[in-house]
Amino acid sequence: MRLGILVTTVRPEEKLLIAAFERAGVTPDVILDRDLNLDLTADAAQTAPSGVPWSAYDLILERAVSTSRGTYALAVLNAWGIPTINGFETARVCGDKLLTTLALARAGVPQPAARVAFTEESALNAIADLGYPAVLKPVTGSWGRLLARIDDAHAAESILEHKFTLGDYQHHTIYAQAYVSKPNRDIRAFVVGGRTLCAIYRTSAHWITNTARGGQASNCPITPELDDLCRRAAAAVGGGVLAMDVFESPDGLVINEINHTMEFRNSSAPTGVDIAAEVAAYALEAARANAGVRA
Amino acid sequence: MSTALCPECEADVRIPGDAVQNELIACPDCGAELELVSLNPLTLERAPEVEEDWGE
Repeated sequence: MRLGILVTTVRPEEKLLIAAFERAGVTPDVILDRDLNLDLTADAAQTAPSGVPWSAYDLILERAVSTSRGTYALAVLNAWGIPTINGFETARVCGDKLLTTLALARAGVPQPAARVAFTEESALNAIADLGYPAVLKPVTGSWGRLLARIDDAHAAESILEHKFTLGDYQHHTIYAQAYVSKPNRDIRAFVVGGRTLCAIYRTSAHWITNTARGGQASNCPITPELDDLCRRAAAAVGGGVLAMDVFESPDGLVINEINHTMEFRNSSAPTGVDIAAEVAAYALEAARANAGVRA
Repeated sequence: MSTALCPECEADVRIPGDAVQNELIACPDCGAELELVSLNPLTLERAPEVEEDWGE
């Protein structure tokens, strides 16, 4: 069996994953996205940076921190018939907040109200339709970057003018979400292969609770409601290895975002779950199945 | 103890025994984020800059 792990750099998560694979008896090829040079008009017989043909891989685990590199690499690999975790479609949907919202809406999964608009004037109307406060988010982005809580029309006018004056075209797609009044925490739940493995609370006095922004992690019990919500959300975006950001809204749990190359360095200790081992086992099971099919 | 030179401040940075190629390591002296680009010889370079689409 041959397994590759596609990375931008080796962060603590990738180091944990490599060690988990090695404990399971498989040494993955570490492939740097900066080394990719893919002939799009040829097939998987071409050589990977590891020196073997791409077609030799039974599975590529995509762990690029660069969303664009990872997503396009998955597009190419899947077009060549190479199995990946996650699949391109899952990455495409989860890497775009607007597409995630549509997928969740189609599946009837509870989520905050959200709207999109493309000009300053129509965006002001969209935010007013949601009601204040609202939250503006780049459709592609992570770690809480460039989120803007809009408390009134004055703030909306100001932020929108900045976006349209200083931002590139990606920031002219105005994705607005209703602000969810939540306790000083949200929930990050880890779903692997349709199973909700574990979850953490991310607690912060700030309205942005990402651990990348200082949110503190503690164990969150998996209730039947949380488990059901997370499994339905995972299915809505195509499944795989996913992290669900969940809000405890006054009306019940809602999915805020779904992450397809999740970080988990701060989550195994409070939950007692070896997330890297679970991901590795899931990937190896898929790789073995693919190896059997391709043999 | 294995060490490698920080390319930013020239401090000796301790490299863990289980370090892997391309692992990110912070310089304890200047705080620079570094990448272990070679295990033999141990070589650190400045880590790639974070880009706008980086994340989870």
